[in-house]
Amino acid sequence: MVTSTSKYKYVTCDPELCIGCQLCEYICSYTKTGEYNTYRSRIRTIRAEEILITAVACRTCENAPCVIACTRDALTQDAETGIIHINAERCDGCAWCIEACDFGAISINPATKLAEICDQCEDLEEGPQCVKWCPKDALELTTPDQRAQRARRKLAKEDVLGA
Amino acid sequence: MYGYSGKILHIDLSTRKTWIEEKPETWYQMYIGGVSMAARLLWENIEVGCDPLSPGNPICIANGIFAGTPVPVGGKYGLASKSPLTGLIGDSLSGSWFSVALKRTGWDGLVIHGVSDKWITIFIDDERVQFRDAKKLLGLGTYATEEAIREDLGDDQVRSATIGPAGENGVFFANVTNDGRQAGRTGHGAVWGSKKLKAISVRGTKGVVVADPDTLMQMSFDISDTSQGPYTVKYRMLGTATNVLNMNKLGLLPTRNYQEGTFEDAELVSGEYLEEHYKVKKIACAQCPIACEQMSAAPDGPFKGAMTGIEYECLYANGPNLGINDLRAVIKLIETCDQGGMDAMSGGVTVSWAMETFERGIFKKEDFKCAKYPEGFEPNFGNAEAAVTLMQMIRDREGIGDLLSKGTRRASAIVDAERGTETYKWAMNSKGLESPGYDARGLKTFSVGIAVGTRGGCHNRSAAYDPDIQGEVNRFSIDDTRGKLAASSEEYAAVYDTLPLCKFIRRCFTGKADRAGAWPAIAKLINATTGWNFGYDDVELIGIRAHTIKKAFNIREGWKRADDDLPYRWKHDPMTKGASAGHVVTDEELEYLKDLYYAAKGWTLEGLIPKAKLIELGMDDVAEQIGV
Repeated sequence: MVTSTSKYKYVTCDPELCIGCQLCEYICSYTKTGEYNTYRSRIRTIRAEEILITAVACRTCENAPCVIACTRDALTQDAETGIIHINAERCDGCAWCIEACDFGAISINPATKLAEICDQCEDLEEGPQCVKWCPKDALELTTPDQRAQRARRKLAKEDVLGA
Repeated sequence: MYGYSGKILHIDLSTRKTWIEEKPETWYQMYIGGVSMAARLLWENIEVGCDPLSPGNPICIANGIFAGTPVPVGGKYGLASKSPLTGLIGDSLSGSWFSVALKRTGWDGLVIHGVSDKWITIFIDDERVQFRDAKKLLGLGTYATEEAIREDLGDDQVRSATIGPAGENGVFFANVTNDGRQAGRTGHGAVWGSKKLKAISVRGTKGVVVADPDTLMQMSFDISDTSQGPYTVKYRMLGTATNVLNMNKLGLLPTRNYQEGTFEDAELVSGEYLEEHYKVKKIACAQCPIACEQMSAAPDGPFKGAMTGIEYECLYANGPNLGINDLRAVIKLIETCDQGGMDAMSGGVTVSWAMETFERGIFKKEDFKCAKYPEGFEPNFGNAEAAVTLMQMIRDREGIGDLLSKGTRRASAIVDAERGTETYKWAMNSKGLESPGYDARGLKTFSVGIAVGTRGGCHNRSAAYDPDIQGEVNRFSIDDTRGKLAASSEEYAAVYDTLPLCKFIRRCFTGKADRAGAWPAIAKLINATTGWNFGYDDVELIGIRAHTIKKAFNIREGWKRADDDLPYRWKHDPMTKGASAGHVVTDEELEYLKDLYYAAKGWTLEGLIPKAKLIELGMDDVAEQIGV
């Protein structure tokens, strides 16, 4: 099945702006666990090449493969926001969801051995803390459609104004 | 204890044994971290008088107090060994992911003793230590080594500090490199190589626990926010390469081995030109919102495909200093150093010494025979291909590269002894460490700062060029304020090098970089991390102690007043062109400045430290050994 990511918002990273500072990981781990431990972050910075750096978090796929893959029905998807909720009572840390995720966005908490995933800080009024903290505004909570619209506008401006 | 684990991990490569040393909180309050703690660990663990490349010289790593927390630019560690280049203290700093991952393993510091019987890497996996065969890694560049280790261990979160071929081959100014950042200058790579240690890898999964995380978080956010404003614009936009045109205007841009201080093609090697033509990406260390690393690549020409981070010091050394006006060649030269794992400043200044020695007719074409040019070649200033070939020969210690790999002080001494020449007159180093990109002939306050530097000719440990360049004093003359200015500058720098915080953040606390602007904020950060009750004076003491322990180390290793010196050229050969033409620092001037400096430090006229001074700093055991 083809994974689609067209409908819901998620935290995206612009690799042109990302500098690899990891501050998103610090704020995420602190918000979610109360300690500074980038190893526990639900958003992950990646340095794939010397100058190719970006960050990845849950992409709130439609028909999320992680939800389908879960053998214990521990994962559910919020119909309105697309956020994946993990029921800690049901999850047994089997990691099928991790295998199913095309984006490597799920991890197992080394202490509890249960799955963890970005929830866009949905319980906080000001939204995802990583977006708030990113010093280069590389992170954004947005949908692919919104990104595409902006790309088209930028292109049009560049074409017309040459700027 | 908050912010620290209280534990130092010792590893003996000869016996493959490890042990844990617990340190009391009072010890941490004195030495904090970074270069100060690393220097203190070296003080405690070295065999006094040992050969720097012998098993008795330990590798001492001390993490930063803020590593692994969100405090901007606090992801740094200090590294200390006895320097093969200077025979005195070798203390370096590096930043980024290695430091943060090490913090999460729960070790505040590492001390590596002995020598391995075969090439290995050490893998510190939280509290576990593994020795791994490094045969497959030999010959790999620094970044390739890190990637190969990650691949081998199957975890992207493994971070490594490595040496490149230069360290394996024992180049005296080889570096230790992690995450593309260098612990540079004093030849740590050669020390690691002498122990057959290719890399230290770390994987840390533990959280960092601090006393007041909410306060630390808020302060960090505010500093990070401020750091996106005007106070760091220089570093974020053009990077330190912006200095090229400024230094050229002041007549201080080392050109053709410091023969002159202005370069006719400065525009072509400027930060502005780099930005417009060759910049490909700006990168940050872990935990840093500034991102000063200006990744640049050569898109065409004979060095097409070369890519590395460019900053001012490496740029002057391999550009104007070699008479090279093509940034693509400069990128290639610096890449050769960075991936080969050697110091691009010492590398550039050593190549420039060789070029001048050739142009003066002492070296001949046939001295430069190598596999690539069996008949030799002619390394005139401006010959980029020759410079790159020479740099590779140094890395591999091929042909004359073997001589040059020993640095300018030793290389000139060897040549002068063999050929009866005086090449030392253009060997640009202090205490054996090659000079930086600020010509001290036109910076008289800086001239004493650099002469007395504990690790030799270094602009990072003394920022005494500041009052000169800012016009607070007349940069061409001397007066009785200069000793105090130099002492104050190095103690100020030592605070940042000990925490460590990158100095690029210095204006982001209150807008003012001076002590009054920064120390109260730094005290607050320390207190939120540790739960201590530090104030302004305690922060000031951090720098004084850091500098004192390094100086004490040098004294114990036999340092003498005469060692505080400047390169011959700066004392005798005035430049003929530019805004600093006609000036030198005479021996009389230098000796007077040293008198002033020692007095400002409260030391004896011979530069030794009185017992009472050391006891005042709580360093009683140091007083016993070297106090007078």
